[in-house]
Amino acid sequence: MGLIDKKIIDNKRTSRLFWNNTAMVVFFLCTLVGLLVLAMLIYDTLNDGLRFLRWDFITNFASARNVEVSGFYGAIIGSLWLMLVTAPVAIILSVSTALYLEEYARKGRVTDFIKINISNLAGVPSVVFGLLGLGLFVRAMSMGNSVLAAGLTLALMILPVIAVASQEAIRAVPSSVREASIGMGATKWQTVSRIVLPAAIPGIITGIILALSRAIGETAPLVVIGVPTTLLRTPSSVMDPFQAMPMQIYSWVKMPQHDFSDLAATGIIVLLAILLAMNSVAIFIRNKFSRKY
Amino acid sequence: MTPDTKIETKNIKKQNIVSSTDAGTLSNDNRKNVFSSKNFNLWYGDNHALQDINLDFKENDISAIIGPSGCGKSTFVKSLNRMVELVPIVRTEGQIIYKDRDIFEKSFTKEELRTKVGMVFQKPNPFPKSIYDNVAYGPRVHGIKKKKILDEVVESSLRDAAIWDELKDRLHENAYGLSGGQQQRVCIARALAIEPDVILMDEPTSALDPISTIKVEDLMKELKKNYSIIVVTHNMQQAARVSDTTAFFYEGYVVEHDDTNVIFENPNDKRTEDYVSGRFG
Amino acid sequence: MTKNYNVQEMIDKNKSNSSNTIEKLIPTILFLITSISILATIAILYILASESIEFFRRIPFIDFITGTDWRPYSGDAQYGIWALISGTFRIVIIAAIFAMPIGLGAAIYLSEYSSDTIRRIIKPILEVLAGVPTVVYGYFAINFVTPILRSIWSEVDLFNAISPGIVVGIMIIPMIASLSEDAMSSVPRAMREGSYGMGATKIETTFKVVIPAAISGIMASFVLAISRAIGETMIVSIAAGSNPNFSLDITSTLQTMTAFIVQITSGDTAFGTDIYYSLYAVGLTLFFFTFLMNMISIWISKRFREEY
Repeated sequence: MGLIDKKIIDNKRTSRLFWNNTAMVVFFLCTLVGLLVLAMLIYDTLNDGLRFLRWDFITNFASARNVEVSGFYGAIIGSLWLMLVTAPVAIILSVSTALYLEEYARKGRVTDFIKINISNLAGVPSVVFGLLGLGLFVRAMSMGNSVLAAGLTLALMILPVIAVASQEAIRAVPSSVREASIGMGATKWQTVSRIVLPAAIPGIITGIILALSRAIGETAPLVVIGVPTTLLRTPSSVMDPFQAMPMQIYSWVKMPQHDFSDLAATGIIVLLAILLAMNSVAIFIRNKFSRKY
Repeated sequence: MTPDTKIETKNIKKQNIVSSTDAGTLSNDNRKNVFSSKNFNLWYGDNHALQDINLDFKENDISAIIGPSGCGKSTFVKSLNRMVELVPIVRTEGQIIYKDRDIFEKSFTKEELRTKVGMVFQKPNPFPKSIYDNVAYGPRVHGIKKKKILDEVVESSLRDAAIWDELKDRLHENAYGLSGGQQQRVCIARALAIEPDVILMDEPTSALDPISTIKVEDLMKELKKNYSIIVVTHNMQQAARVSDTTAFFYEGYVVEHDDTNVIFENPNDKRTEDYVSGRFG
Repeated sequence: MTKNYNVQEMIDKNKSNSSNTIEKLIPTILFLITSISILATIAILYILASESIEFFRRIPFIDFITGTDWRPYSGDAQYGIWALISGTFRIVIIAAIFAMPIGLGAAIYLSEYSSDTIRRIIKPILEVLAGVPTVVYGYFAINFVTPILRSIWSEVDLFNAISPGIVVGIMIIPMIASLSEDAMSSVPRAMREGSYGMGATKIETTFKVVIPAAISGIMASFVLAISRAIGETMIVSIAAGSNPNFSLDITSTLQTMTAFIVQITSGDTAFGTDIYYSLYAVGLTLFFFTFLMNMISIWISKRFREEY
């Protein structure tokens, strides 16, 4: 017999395998928690909110008095206006940033600093972006609680999200096709605009949609900026005040009457349906265009 | 001893070797040079990758460059169209003359040089676009937009690359759907579309199967009528099969440059002989 | 085929100088746009700092930084930040206790045990969970989790720390799970095979080889998730109440830093009052904590980056 008693090893194996199998079950249950919560959340919302989900809900303005005629119209239109400002500003800012960092920036301290700054910006709480919007756009630039002020605030908030996604998409374009273009006498910008950007566009669009679906559901910055919840008209320019879906839901949740809490659930159903649609488009684009180089 | 002096002494040693074997010049020909490098040196940071390269390449030749991995053959061919400068730490010295003009002259832009000197790469690298758009890319980049001319250019380039018959009905399919050999010939067609004078090929068949390799080699012999070709290859049989002259690179300098027959049958330098007979590399 | 054109000649004719100007302008334009992200950070810092300075002109800094009483509305107004910090702290601790084991467990399952099919089903679900707006989570906390808690534990008030704490935990699970899974999946197979080859079980391999190798990524995911929990606003505004107090009580109402900002800005606080300026002092404190967390996570992943 050697230094190791083989019998001990054999005896221990049963208990080791038992722990192994138990652990697997525990880890699987952990994974199921997410699924379970999502199911409960959807069940709870549908249970509370379905009874108000009528055509009127979509076409009526919100009413703080009569829950039966209160609706989501102003909030839906307001959120669309908001995205009309947020989307182009955020896209221009973040895609340019990604192009600069991936294609033009030289390695060095400035570039490192910009990169660290962007990952920090991604970690700034949304409510602090609200304070930025309040101090800079609403007051210092006297835009008031307009679509423009809120749209710019949300654009800055989602800038890092789109920038990081775009950087990854641009990085995934192999350098060999860049070389092919440069090797034919194409300039840097011709190569970037005609080869790199088109090849990276599916990844960039996926990032944009995911970022916009975050922006459309964001509440805290809107509260801080002072987006109204009792407005009986839709904006006619970006300088007008507006309502927004998450803001409306929040105001209904905070109302003491139980009916309004159910109305909030109805609003949540609409909001989640819109988000689900946006996410499906993003997933579709990602799967359709996912390209292996 | 400082690193600088070290490099210098190494240089002198190798210069001696080069001159003693009379490498780099071929006197028995009165055709024009398309490229000639004069005392060309290149550094990657501190690494002296190319040392006093003196080579002439003749018009309408297929010139092969052979040598073991890391000998600088790829670096050299990428210097000819200044692609090597995409690596930020590269520094060069000396001259490379393309048809009486120094390619490092300020008035000679890289874009203009690369319009005249095309390149085919180691791995097929078509753009993620249709076959048509791949071939039309070069002309479009250089401002040729008329559909009629582009159609003609695409057809004649694909014909010249001997792939028109295979692909004429699939021009608007994505080039990524083609086989590796077809992709590489589309890449050659793409390079031909702007009618360069010289085509640089950096191990163009190393990623291809033997049948595709033969097709590309036949194509090279065909292209030689209208173009000068400089090809880097790892494959000595390939150099022996297709090229008119062969240069043997070793550790960053040229050991020997001569007619391909001489290099493979009667080399001057012992190391050339060892290499072509497969004793190292 | 005879050619009746010469491409090189056409190229020569088309040569223009305008493309040259574009070529030089583009990097400058892109750089200027890129610098907006830095300007945003500077603007955040400037606004928080300048308004906070005004606040500290009115309320002594020492009272703010050491006080444990936050009563801005009372006649004898008190601005002791620790009342709000303790609120944030309670929520974060509950969320972390809830989310870290579950998130890590899910990451282990996805990285070490699950088949590709299961992974392809679970990961989009986690993504959806991560995309649920926080106001929806707030609704879920007050209308679903709180009633359940109150029915099984009678001491729990309508507004409390435990329900929003758990829901914040749910919110950060996807983040922990997906970042930790990335870290574990990038541990090379050869390291696992070394362990399996000696007869180790999967759980032993996971805990003795994979997790130690991926520990920096896992820690970074924890820190980032905590940073997210500190900054979480809507869930706590809806379900935790608005009564700041310095304690460790998790069953009764409290207020976090973020919820205070929301409470003040959703009311009619006049511009220029002490309360108005206190917003920015609280915002600055909040920014400080999340900034610290983000820097720690960047530091961890840089410092302990595994080279395989």
